[in-house]
Amino acid sequence: MSILINRNSRVMTQGITGKTGQFHTRLCRDYANGKNCFVAGVNPRKPGENFEGIPIYATVKEAKQATGANVSVIYVPPPFAAAAIDEAVEAELDLVICITEGIPVRDMIRTRYKMKDSKTVLIGPNCPGIITPDEIKIGIMPGYIHKKGHIGVVSRSGTLTYEAVAQLMEMGLGQSTCIGIGGDPVNGLKHLDVMQRFNEDDETDAVLMVGEIGGTDEEECACWIKEHMQKPVVGFIAGVTAPPGKRMGHAGAIISGGKGTAQEKLAVMDACGIKVTNNPAEMGKLLKSVL
Amino acid sequence: MKIHEYQAKAILRQFGVATPQGVPCFSVEEAVVAACDLGGDVWVVKAQIYAGGRGKGGGVKVARSLDEVRQYANEILNMKLVTHQTGPEGQIVHRLFVEQGVAIAKEFYVGMVVDRSSQRVCLMASSEGGMEIEQVAADTPEKIHKVFIDPIVGLTDQQSREIATKIGISEQGIKEAIPLLQGFYQAFDQTDASLSEINPLTLTTDNQVIALDAKMNFDDNALFRHPDIVALRDLDEEDPVEIEASEHDLSYIPLDGNIGCLVNGAGLAMATMDIIKLYGGNPANFLDVGGGATAEKVTEAFKLMLRNPKLQAILVNIFGGIMKCDVIAEGIVMAAREVQLTVPLIVRLEGTNVKLGKQILEESGLTIISADNMADAAQKAVTAAAAES
Repeated sequence: MSILINRNSRVMTQGITGKTGQFHTRLCRDYANGKNCFVAGVNPRKPGENFEGIPIYATVKEAKQATGANVSVIYVPPPFAAAAIDEAVEAELDLVICITEGIPVRDMIRTRYKMKDSKTVLIGPNCPGIITPDEIKIGIMPGYIHKKGHIGVVSRSGTLTYEAVAQLMEMGLGQSTCIGIGGDPVNGLKHLDVMQRFNEDDETDAVLMVGEIGGTDEEECACWIKEHMQKPVVGFIAGVTAPPGKRMGHAGAIISGGKGTAQEKLAVMDACGIKVTNNPAEMGKLLKSVL
Repeated sequence: MKIHEYQAKAILRQFGVATPQGVPCFSVEEAVVAACDLGGDVWVVKAQIYAGGRGKGGGVKVARSLDEVRQYANEILNMKLVTHQTGPEGQIVHRLFVEQGVAIAKEFYVGMVVDRSSQRVCLMASSEGGMEIEQVAADTPEKIHKVFIDPIVGLTDQQSREIATKIGISEQGIKEAIPLLQGFYQAFDQTDASLSEINPLTLTTDNQVIALDAKMNFDDNALFRHPDIVALRDLDEEDPVEIEASEHDLSYIPLDGNIGCLVNGAGLAMATMDIIKLYGGNPANFLDVGGGATAEKVTEAFKLMLRNPKLQAILVNIFGGIMKCDVIAEGIVMAAREVQLTVPLIVRLEGTNVKLGKQILEESGLTIISADNMADAAQKAVTAAAAES
């Protein structure tokens, strides 16, 4: 198995007709089993049309009814992206992956509030997406750098995740599932939620956890790992050199009031029995060492 | 985005938060006229800069006559105000705010931020007004009270009453404090603020509750729907390099070191700074060119880095995903043609179109130190920078 998605997932793209939506839908469709997985697109102004053979529906609900799609990926521009998530949640999809960067925090607070009793799982926003190598890729990560295997990867960033994957590949280690949970302060799945799923996944033998400055998600995950995790976990936190009070690209990557430093996170992770490195070039090597 | 105190107070007043009467001034004469118009016999002359800690740095003075208003305005305007938030280089004061004095009985702290764990806005309040909240949190965390606000219901009467009571606002003051706190939240919510503070919130000797200072920061991602707030932006307060970077849609933060970094993606950019430091070097900047960078954008990024007189090497670390390595390579070649490349350039390319990218660099005839991976790149950059110094 894998977590959250596999070759049987059926995916619709919200924002399929935009430049980004088109580009990545094409790449996802061409990856592994993508041709069978990417079954629908949504655009309220273009129902009845199609994108390179993928039918477009006016609403998420219609796309679900017509195709059985249970997953959605969102490339809708930031001012409308939270409403797009709301629509997918109301249609009771299983999983929503929001790639869009730059959604106002206020919108996400309301969207998360509306989701609180829903069964829909959200990944992102402002994330690269999720991939179960050699089965399905949903998002913007380069597919070819991955290979099927038994390492779970969870990270807040995009390119740093690719770097981590490349290092695993150098060690000959494939991945069960890789997830970028995104760099925004108010988001869906957190490190902890992903870690719980990896713990229960038969195909995952060990987990590489990549974090960054800001918030306390990594610490909360580390405390859970200490009590419950039955598989080895290794970690890296980006931003040891980040100055306080400055937003380091991601809206969520900011050290505020002396909280959320990389040192603090690394110390907590270490104390919880997670092997950590302060060298981003040694993530792969470190993981290999715990197998 | 940040704004000045007087601008924050103007916004808060629209939502029913009481503040002293005041006038923003750009000259000493304006300050004296403002004091005259405000009337009374006590005024406060306040430097308007974005950084906190203005009082301790000598940027806030109480004047008891118009002569004193003139004297203090003269002292503060154009002074280089150094506070713990400005750093040793300080910030030149270009604007003043002259306010009526207030007879203070008691001071409190109230602030709002987005709480990541509960995914709600959190109202924090403390009896320790005028102090830095970080210090209070560190020394006496029991003195900070928190309320998490339901985004649909808003801040309720009961929540407001409870928190006002906890921080010690008297029964006479609470009647005013409840709508003030609710207005404070309304202002936060409706302007897409990311942080807002009233420190101190004061109870006057005649039981009025008044915001004596105010600070508001806003969510950059929401500015598209607040043109009125964007119009308040004061470019004097921002680093010119950061302004220029933002015009080119680059995320750039200058640092103290001598090794410039050009990276795609915020996480990888931070990790690149970290590894430079780990190998004994010092990063000169954080720079994320983003996923959709063009050759022109890369050229602008080079120009920004090269303007730094301390720069002794440039490290390019790219893991192409959406960003293609050939685009980066073209940008590097274009930049090298437009601007004199005065320092060693170390390039590590990986990912989408990497072969094409490397080929473009080779055929350009540029002197480039190429690196196989992140560790190799960082070590070569540190060595090259050390050789330059």
